[in-house]
Amino acid sequence: MEENVVLTARQISMTFPGVKALDRVDFTLRKGEIHALMGENGAGKSTLIKCLTGINDFEQGEIHVDGIEEPVRNHSTKDAQEVGISTVYQEVNLCPNLSVAENLFIGREPLTGFGTIDRKAYTERAQKIMDELGVAVDVTRNLEYYSLAIQQMVAIARAVDMDCKVLILDEPTSSLDDEEVEKLFNVMRMLKSKGVGIIFVTHFLDQVYEVCDRITVLRNGKLVGEYPIVDLPRLKLVAAMMGKAFDDLQSIKSDEAEAISDELEISARGLGHTGTIKPFDLDIHKGEVVGVGGLLGSGRSELARAIYGADKANSGTLKVKNKDVKINQPIDAMNLGMGMLPDDRKAEGIIEDLSIRENIMLALQSKNGMFKLMTRAQQNELADKYIRLLSIKTPNRETLVKQLSGGNQQKVILARWLATNPDFLILDEPTRGIDVGTKTEIQKLVLELAKEGKSIMFISSEIAEMLRTCSRMIIMRDGEKVDELSDDLTEENVMKSIAGGDKK
Amino acid sequence: MKLKPWLLKVKKSQLLLPLVAMILVMAVNIIHDVATGAGAFSFFKITLQQTTSNGTILYGRIIDILNRGSEAALLALGMTLVVSASAGTDISVGSVMSLCASFCCMLLAGYGVSSTNDLAVPLVVGVLAGILMGCVCGAFNGLLVARLNIQPMVATLILYSAARAIGLLVCNDLIVYIRNDSFGFFGSFLGPIPTPIIITAICIAILAVVLKKTALGMYIQSVGINSKASRIAGLNSKMIIHLAYILCGLFAGIAGIVASSRITSADSNNIGLYLEMDAILAVALGGNSLGGGKFSLAGSIIGAYTIQAITTTLYALGVSTNQAPVFKAIIVIIIVAIQAPPVKAYIRKRSLNKAAKEVA
Repeated sequence: MEENVVLTARQISMTFPGVKALDRVDFTLRKGEIHALMGENGAGKSTLIKCLTGINDFEQGEIHVDGIEEPVRNHSTKDAQEVGISTVYQEVNLCPNLSVAENLFIGREPLTGFGTIDRKAYTERAQKIMDELGVAVDVTRNLEYYSLAIQQMVAIARAVDMDCKVLILDEPTSSLDDEEVEKLFNVMRMLKSKGVGIIFVTHFLDQVYEVCDRITVLRNGKLVGEYPIVDLPRLKLVAAMMGKAFDDLQSIKSDEAEAISDELEISARGLGHTGTIKPFDLDIHKGEVVGVGGLLGSGRSELARAIYGADKANSGTLKVKNKDVKINQPIDAMNLGMGMLPDDRKAEGIIEDLSIRENIMLALQSKNGMFKLMTRAQQNELADKYIRLLSIKTPNRETLVKQLSGGNQQKVILARWLATNPDFLILDEPTRGIDVGTKTEIQKLVLELAKEGKSIMFISSEIAEMLRTCSRMIIMRDGEKVDELSDDLTEENVMKSIAGGDKK
Repeated sequence: MKLKPWLLKVKKSQLLLPLVAMILVMAVNIIHDVATGAGAFSFFKITLQQTTSNGTILYGRIIDILNRGSEAALLALGMTLVVSASAGTDISVGSVMSLCASFCCMLLAGYGVSSTNDLAVPLVVGVLAGILMGCVCGAFNGLLVARLNIQPMVATLILYSAARAIGLLVCNDLIVYIRNDSFGFFGSFLGPIPTPIIITAICIAILAVVLKKTALGMYIQSVGINSKASRIAGLNSKMIIHLAYILCGLFAGIAGIVASSRITSADSNNIGLYLEMDAILAVALGGNSLGGGKFSLAGSIIGAYTIQAITTTLYALGVSTNQAPVFKAIIVIIIVAIQAPPVKAYIRKRSLNKAAKEVA
């Protein structure tokens, strides 16, 4: 093995039913480097990582880890941890009903001399670990009490604490806000200086150029190449990922003035939900794309959920198309022509054991009612239409949705809502964990929908993305709607407003 | 070895293993029959027999299995829906059967009457009221599970222990005998065919049509897999879980009437005893996950009759009634183990390796 190399994978191949997920892929990780693994959805990033961590049983190839003579073949995450490979996944895989400390030490609890669990050492060590990471938590509280972002940090802390040689971060930043991302990067740099090799999977190009030393690009299960970061400027990277030259992201918003009508689609007065969102007023016009900005936990999603009835509003009034309405649950909102793509895809989006066809037809079917089942031919037609329209990568429409990559799952849920032909569509983080190409597609789609006279509420952590698509932005802070920006919609103003304080 | 498309479909199907289990049980019968010189296909032989009480009736081991397996099959229908929607089991169905039987018989005989020749209310009223009682019990279970979020096992434990006692209370602590031929109909024969078989067949057919023609099946599966996501997509998750429990109660009610009609009485202590376990087992044998979600109704039905076939076979083999459960347990362990994920994965890996070798 070469000097300084901590992990090599050679000629890894892996087949899923109908798909060659990995085709003779090589990967090398050196000590003390942060190595970005890039590729579009379904390029094989997650599959490769699962091969390294023992979740996938690859068919061909060898994996070598520094300090171990034999080729390594992990059969479980525990095997992987024993050879020094730890992972933090895109979706947090911890136990929400256990305390932070318990989550940190699950399966490797500190013991007393009698072989019982040493509660005191437990809590102290856990608190120390979290403090070192600069995350303010009470480790004795249950994990579910904390935001998704904090949960992610706990997952990282757990991996870091296990003395790993290789740390894999699979989309760790997709649910973190800027400040937390910075914190994570500090932790990453610290680990790097200690000689840990870090594999970093992300869709945020900025972040790649901020922390990474080297980039490996995959496309359609094949290796495109491995490059030092200086040799691969942004445009080349995107081109390598997509396999073609790339028209600039910036240029999607048409120059022609948008025709937003005066007709009101949604009009909320004093709408609120105790404990999550303070009463707010909001008007949304027909054909308008309204962005909702703010830090994580600022009430962005909650605002949308109160309108949609996902969390039933307990104060205020809501008018849809100038008619007073009462929304008790999502189906009421749907019958008024609304749709909502929720931010937590795994928990509230996909029905993982159902097929793509069933996932796409679900919302339309529940709108039609139980007794008006679409014929199989109609169902097939609907599914095929959206698989084609959104170019969902799948062997066929009967594939279970859980077998798709994250981005394709997102497209399926998007298809579910487009199928209902909504007048007002809420998109909560529609581009999270999605590759650049698809991101642009979704943004273009949003603008097209608006042109057709549909109203869109676009919630995202990426300000740049909203600036490209929205004509107006609402800013949330601490569960309260604090600002609205339309004419003076620039990144600087938005940032200022989100941060609060000196403005006004 | 290339498989034909339809064979490949069968091989992939969830029904493969339940069917194999059923065929195995039949094979044991055939071997036994040959060994004892009864003729290779006497298991499948159905003959017409003259009886003094019921006239000409169908007779044979298959008929016997279908007849005696009726109650378990009916319960398995409802249990399948409940398991799928709520990832839990309704353990009260056996007791609910008994309560429904008691309620029906009490109405037919009049309160406090222990034996009657004349019906106090029209037969239809008594029977429908009995079935309705099943729905009420189901609605109660559903209320606890769907609306109050109580774990299904705990919620249904209440009626599991109480329903039988309520049945006795309703009957004033008596075993009520209905000595009227019209009531016995549900447990005897319609022409040459046992009525329970017909009732079960009709129930299966109706449920199958409902699942085929409405979106109920997809709704139940969707809620069972992810109730939060289903709600966002416009489903009323609580209502659907509630409905599954009501349907389960409905089938328990029908099964209760059948069981009571067989013995033309309401024997609270024995009707439906331990039958909830057979129903749960039937769902599992059918290859359905007890963790909820995807379900196969056909699987559960095959499962229910397989259990009955095992019992009947053991008796045919001369195993004594007391020892039969031991052998039944052994067979069930084997069937369930074949379907366990690690075993399945092992078998698939072996066949993959074999295929790879054939290519090389």
